[in-house]
Amino acid sequence: MEAILFYILAAVVLIGTMFAITARQAVRAIVYLVTSFFALALIFYLLGAPLVAAFEVIIYAGAIMVLFLFVIMMLQLGQPEKLPVPRLSDWWPALVLMTVLMASIVVIAAGKQPAPVPGFQQVTVREFALALFTRFGVAIEIISMQLLFALVGALYLGRRR
Amino acid sequence: MSVPLYHVVILAAILFSMGLGCVIAWRANVIMMLIGIEIMLNAVMLTFVAGSAQWGIADGQIFSLMLIALTSAEVSLALAMVVYLHRRKQSVNTDDFDSMKG
Repeated sequence: MEAILFYILAAVVLIGTMFAITARQAVRAIVYLVTSFFALALIFYLLGAPLVAAFEVIIYAGAIMVLFLFVIMMLQLGQPEKLPVPRLSDWWPALVLMTVLMASIVVIAAGKQPAPVPGFQQVTVREFALALFTRFGVAIEIISMQLLFALVGALYLGRRR
Repeated sequence: MSVPLYHVVILAAILFSMGLGCVIAWRANVIMMLIGIEIMLNAVMLTFVAGSAQWGIADGQIFSLMLIALTSAEVSLALAMVVYLHRRKQSVNTDDFDSMKG
């Protein structure tokens, strides 16, 4: 049951991302991407990471994508907000690289018979928090400093002059 | 859950290559390039979470959490820079920013 759900959600993620990267308007791309991120958050939940799933919905689909939407709507990118579509000459290097990546992945996955998996294990929130605040305490400090620097940098870039 | 790990990794790889294709195909537009970077970072997060679930260790989830923090910092700076560039030249096309003069 969970495996079927995983494959359905994977299809949703891939289709949403495919529509997002080929959208004609940036706002539509953002909305497709939010759909894709919701499905990805459900995949995280299935993989036994409820906390990461919640953060994905709150921060990614909630905050970051809304920030993108605000900036796109603030910028007035012409009337209507249609992006100039990339020409075919823009697409072919991307297609070549995507084909090479996917072909190499398929070759690796088909060539090597995977070991019988014992199935995924749940990581409880208690274990997560214990590891986060004991072994990775310094990393938390560094991340908070990085967020502060980003805040100061964004204020500096965004000020009127 | 009885999905083998390499199926999740294949999904992450396809997602990553889609993000890479988005960055390369839309290299004339700053906002779509940022969206491609978001897709790639999400693929990396999926790999981390899948590894964490496979081996039952919380480290992968912690690193995906740090990736979220890093991404929010990166996006706030990058979008501030997009607003700054748009204020200077009224455009988000990368071809308009070809002069090295400060």
